[in-house]
Amino acid sequence: MSIPARFGPYGGRYVPETVIPALDELTAAYESLRDDSAFRSRLDDLLKNFVGRPTPLYFTERLSASLGGPRIYLKREDLCHTGAHKINNTIGQLLLAKQMGKTRVIAETGAGQHGVATAAAAALFGIPCAIYMGEKDIGRQELNVVRMKLLGAEVIPVSSGSRTLKDAMNDAIRDWVTNVENTYYVIGSVAGPAPYPAIVRELQSVIGREAHAQIQEAEGRLPTELIACVGGGSNAMGLFAPFLDNEDIRLTGVEAGGEGLDTGKHGASIERGQRGVLHGSLSYVLQDAYGQILEAHSISAGLDYPGVGPEHSFLHDQGRVRYDSVTDAEALSAFTMLSETEGIIPALESAHAIAYLVKHIDRFTGEDLIIVNLSGRGDKDVYQAARALELL
Amino acid sequence: MSVLQELFDNRQKKALLMPYITGGYPSLHGCGHVLDAFIEGGADMIELGVPFSDPLADGPVVQASAQQALDEGVTPDDVLELASRYSSRLPVVLLVYYNCIFAYGQDRFAAAAAGAGVNGLIVPDLPVDEASEFIEACRACGVDAILLVAPTSTGERIEMIAAQASGFIYCVSVAGVTGARTSLSDRLPEFLERVRAGTDVPLAVGFGVSTPEQAAAVARYADGVIIGSKLISIVRDAGEIDIAARAVKTFLSQVNEVLIK
Repeated sequence: MSIPARFGPYGGRYVPETVIPALDELTAAYESLRDDSAFRSRLDDLLKNFVGRPTPLYFTERLSASLGGPRIYLKREDLCHTGAHKINNTIGQLLLAKQMGKTRVIAETGAGQHGVATAAAAALFGIPCAIYMGEKDIGRQELNVVRMKLLGAEVIPVSSGSRTLKDAMNDAIRDWVTNVENTYYVIGSVAGPAPYPAIVRELQSVIGREAHAQIQEAEGRLPTELIACVGGGSNAMGLFAPFLDNEDIRLTGVEAGGEGLDTGKHGASIERGQRGVLHGSLSYVLQDAYGQILEAHSISAGLDYPGVGPEHSFLHDQGRVRYDSVTDAEALSAFTMLSETEGIIPALESAHAIAYLVKHIDRFTGEDLIIVNLSGRGDKDVYQAARALELL
Repeated sequence: MSVLQELFDNRQKKALLMPYITGGYPSLHGCGHVLDAFIEGGADMIELGVPFSDPLADGPVVQASAQQALDEGVTPDDVLELASRYSSRLPVVLLVYYNCIFAYGQDRFAAAAAGAGVNGLIVPDLPVDEASEFIEACRACGVDAILLVAPTSTGERIEMIAAQASGFIYCVSVAGVTGARTSLSDRLPEFLERVRAGTDVPLAVGFGVSTPEQAAAVARYADGVIIGSKLISIVRDAGEIDIAARAVKTFLSQVNEVLIK
């Protein structure tokens, strides 16, 4: 069965001709393998025994009580091996790379979670791995840099542009254009040229499928709302995908509000961007009037990105998903709150989704049943949080 | 027939000399001196880049030149204005990333290019499959949409590209980004023969050509030789613009010599 190259007008393949044949090859390989029973059972086995799936759907008794409104569940992607949902995707893509006979993999990373997840999967399959990471992110996510190195990956610092995720992705694409014959590019979000947004969406939708079954088992009904943070948007897309057809369920994506939308220092591509082409697909992009890409800003390296996956742009236009943002300060406060009320230190990215809920709690009633995607754990962020909160 | 194709067809050289510079590099004023040196050095066509923040087909040298131009505040309108000052002297093609065109509006950009006397537009991140509206916009204004082929392009894709091509086809010499290379790919002649078999449109080769010897080798199989990163590094290393312009002229004259029959 074929997978979509576009979501409404968004998506496409705006990349140099050199890699178009490789994208065709990838599309063909994925379309044949996704329904292949041996591939599926190998993937399922690894998701269970290597990643640790299914992840729990956890009822937050104290958080729900303290907010006094809805019943709040967390989808515990922070409990995945390597500490975030990213590994759902990298295991699938490495399996694909292996089947396609590729002998080297590369990836970009922002917070380092996708880099670590790619490095772990590459080690598992015995494939050499190089990770592109902006120098600014290397500075604020040191722990993940060390983890990648321990996992045998080469970490390549990127010093161009804003020295963050955007520039890491530019350099990863340049590497891929150069080494396309033997190298597989493991894109970490529902972004990039087709077929990546569709592949990553499918590999991440295990999150939503599990949550769909788990919430019915726990509560005997479906949730009223799902909330997830959106940088590129893979954890949100993974949670939302199986619920998209049920229009009764409200879906909310939370972008990085940074220092505030009016300061210009934020990562709210959907709320404040215009249509444009970045990293191979048409989507909402933070850019100036001439189409020059602007620097994003967020306390969370994983949301510090001036673009967003093309399907999110489509879902925004359709009104199916509502996009909002919270600031760095609001995210930091939710980071502390979840740590203290539930004993769970969330990733700063995931803290944005919690912060949205806290900020808008008056909108909810006791009838509401919420699932928040806790996309990653916060170990990587403790030093940064400690500095911001003056704990050290 | 396209002005560009006629230029190739009527040439008196083995291959046309097609130097590239990022528009507004090292400054808007300095870029004019470089373009004068292009003409004095024997250029047959000028390729002018529109600086873009995220040029993913470019290596470090061109990237840095684009960043410097952007830091100087150079806009696509500035580059169009620069083009208009030279298009009466030599044919001009622009290399521009798709988002700059998209933000400007495809029809509006094609019209502005035509108004500036630009003969062709090269969009390195717009493969033929995504280019139908852009090609329409160019045709409506009498500007050639210059398509790229790569050594990885399949026979089927070369056919698709050839069917839409006008002016010339930009043949990327190796899988990779722009930048000087010490040697050309062994597979270049076979690649160019493959493209040639599918089209009558002239073939220009770029990416990695940085010496007169390489240019001579390319000229045996191609109709045009594009040199970019090497020229930018000459300008960068020269420091002062007068010295840079002289060095550019000297280098291009050496290349031009091997291209003259």
